[in-house]
Amino acid sequence: MNGAKSLTDGMAAPAERGAGWKRYKASLKYGFYVIFHPFDGFWDLVHEQRGSLMAAHTWLFLFLLTYVLRLLLTNFQFITAPIQYINIYEQCGSLLFPFLVLCLANWALSTLFDGKGRFKDIYMAMCYALIPYVLIQLPLILVSNMISFDEAAYYQVLGSASIIWCVFLAFVGLMQVHDYTPGKTLIFLFFTVFGALVILFLILVFFSLLSDAIGFFVSLYREVAFRLY
Amino acid sequence: MKRIQCILSLALAALLLLPMGAALAVDDGFSSTYTYNYDYWTDLRESPDAYRVDQVVYSASLELDQPLRKPQSLYVHENDLYVCDTGNNRILQLRRDADKKFSLVCVIDKISGAQPETFNSPNDMALDPEGNLYVCDTNNNRVIKADKNLNYLQSFTKPQDTTFDQNLSFLPSKLVVDTTGRVFVLATHVNKGLVKYEADGTFTGFVGANTVKYNMWEYIWKTFFTTKEQRAQQVAFVPTEYENIYIDKEGFIYATNIVFSEYDLLYDVAKPIRRLNSIGSDILIKNDRYPPIGDLSWVEGSNDYGPSKFKDITVLDNDIYIAVDRTRGRLFGYDPQGIMLWAFGTKGNSEGAFLSAVSIEHMDHDLLVLDENESSITVFTPTEYGSLIYQANDQYLKGDYDGSADTWREVLKLNANYNSAFIGIGRALMRQEQYGEAMEYFKMAHDRENYGRAYRYYRKILVEKNVGWALAVIVVLVVVPMVIRKVKAAKEEVEAYERRKIAH
Repeated sequence: MNGAKSLTDGMAAPAERGAGWKRYKASLKYGFYVIFHPFDGFWDLVHEQRGSLMAAHTWLFLFLLTYVLRLLLTNFQFITAPIQYINIYEQCGSLLFPFLVLCLANWALSTLFDGKGRFKDIYMAMCYALIPYVLIQLPLILVSNMISFDEAAYYQVLGSASIIWCVFLAFVGLMQVHDYTPGKTLIFLFFTVFGALVILFLILVFFSLLSDAIGFFVSLYREVAFRLY
Repeated sequence: MKRIQCILSLALAALLLLPMGAALAVDDGFSSTYTYNYDYWTDLRESPDAYRVDQVVYSASLELDQPLRKPQSLYVHENDLYVCDTGNNRILQLRRDADKKFSLVCVIDKISGAQPETFNSPNDMALDPEGNLYVCDTNNNRVIKADKNLNYLQSFTKPQDTTFDQNLSFLPSKLVVDTTGRVFVLATHVNKGLVKYEADGTFTGFVGANTVKYNMWEYIWKTFFTTKEQRAQQVAFVPTEYENIYIDKEGFIYATNIVFSEYDLLYDVAKPIRRLNSIGSDILIKNDRYPPIGDLSWVEGSNDYGPSKFKDITVLDNDIYIAVDRTRGRLFGYDPQGIMLWAFGTKGNSEGAFLSAVSIEHMDHDLLVLDENESSITVFTPTEYGSLIYQANDQYLKGDYDGSADTWREVLKLNANYNSAFIGIGRALMRQEQYGEAMEYFKMAHDRENYGRAYRYYRKILVEKNVGWALAVIVVLVVVPMVIRKVKAAKEEVEAYERRKIAH
């Protein structure tokens, strides 16, 4: 009996894993639909569960990868990255940290003002909004090594297009996730930045208080040690 | 699935925390090097000495009866060196003999026939092509002109003109004379530019005024938010005076300016070195990433923090100009394109260091620097490295590009960090149609324009060479399957037709 049970367990697990994998692949691919049909796409992404957190993580990772590769491999005619000073972790952190703080601030504010999105939804939508950057900048790295300085205009137009597309997607994404009107989204974008600053302030205060508290105990210990000897 | 999510979130969080732990590389910017240059990242790069001290001329070595006191200016005419010994109200004429030793020829302390005959703190002097002597006799409020035998010819005094503020006393401090005998005078407290006199002594206006600079906010603040009394207390928007002037062999006046804010250096608003044309506009060529402003980075927290302030400038016959900085006692050499060749010097008492360098002149490629407080003249001669740089520049200007590239290769052997050498070699390679190699050299020097140019030719050749088999591949991959498909379709059609025929 025991043996039979373990057999069925073994049978079920790969099937489940296969289904998860299939869903992951579908949600990853769904990104291509989202960037071309943002209004439908973002709505279905969160409300019809077409996206997945894993796919969002993947796109975010690809975004960071593209960013780093761009710094390292773009031809020197188009980018002046002081490679000897670049720290990849620092670069990724300087993108990821504000990204997450902004998501958090947006979530914190929109929850108070009947936004429909959960933190997970906002994060997912924002990650999907980064897809054009990956799709355009990655080939542009190759292109930059095939064109000359005089043709920089093409390179720059495409580069700016990728950013503008991303910003537009982020805007539509937030609108659809929260079921807001465009005007309200715009106002909340503004407040999000403000909220992010507040969060940064709180983090700073927390760490400075923490270091003060630690400092207090350290000096207390020193005082006691000094008295005892 | 959940667990993977958890792990990934943790990994992301870890990524976030990593940069905080990573220690920032601290660049203290301190370097003990005497001669240096800046690389593409404006980091200081040590370099071999471009100039070495040949000798230092003191009052004692000239056997002067009275030691030099606060000398202000040097002037070179062929092998003669004139020193304005301002504190002693005299001008010394020194001569350099064949083995480069300086000896006193005569002491000029009066002009016979002038009223008064003696000088009162002469700050600068010049000679015109006929050999007439011009002296900025500052405290006598005149520029005095004398012939070769020091007989008085004429004097240039305060302009009796409405454009000149008559309440100001006329204190000429620096002057240059062009080939036609026109005199350009830099007068203290005159901020309208250089005072210009015709050869006959008539005042004909001001040249090259420093334009007034203020930003929008300053203007709005001063106009709308301050009272008249407050405004009177504040610094007015006035143009600044130049510090020193030099006339090159083409008759253009090089002027240095030391009154500016650090911020103005950023977008080339300050223009500490200018080359003025006849109507007084700045025509200095600036083809480097940064305009010629001296030091690009300053050592934080040091006594002499701040921008370089050029006390004087001299222009060699090959249009290379050298300015002397009083902030850190350094000399900066720039080529005609505005690219820094080298910088050297420091503050101090040792040989090759200055306490307060006030004037610079040149004899061929030798540089003479006058130190006001040490009362000494330091003579620098170019080293092999310095001479090679000059040689390469000269060859390039003459059109001997290949010869110039060979010289640059010699320079690179001495200093592998020399950007201009890479560009020079790259250019020569490009002329020899070796585009691939040229690209490598341009890339070393971060020269985008030239790299792009070389790359376009390189790409053209690459495409032309490979277009044959590239087309062949396209034919094989696209056209052949297409033809096969067409043939198959036709065949099927024929077969279908046949079948129908049979069916009938």
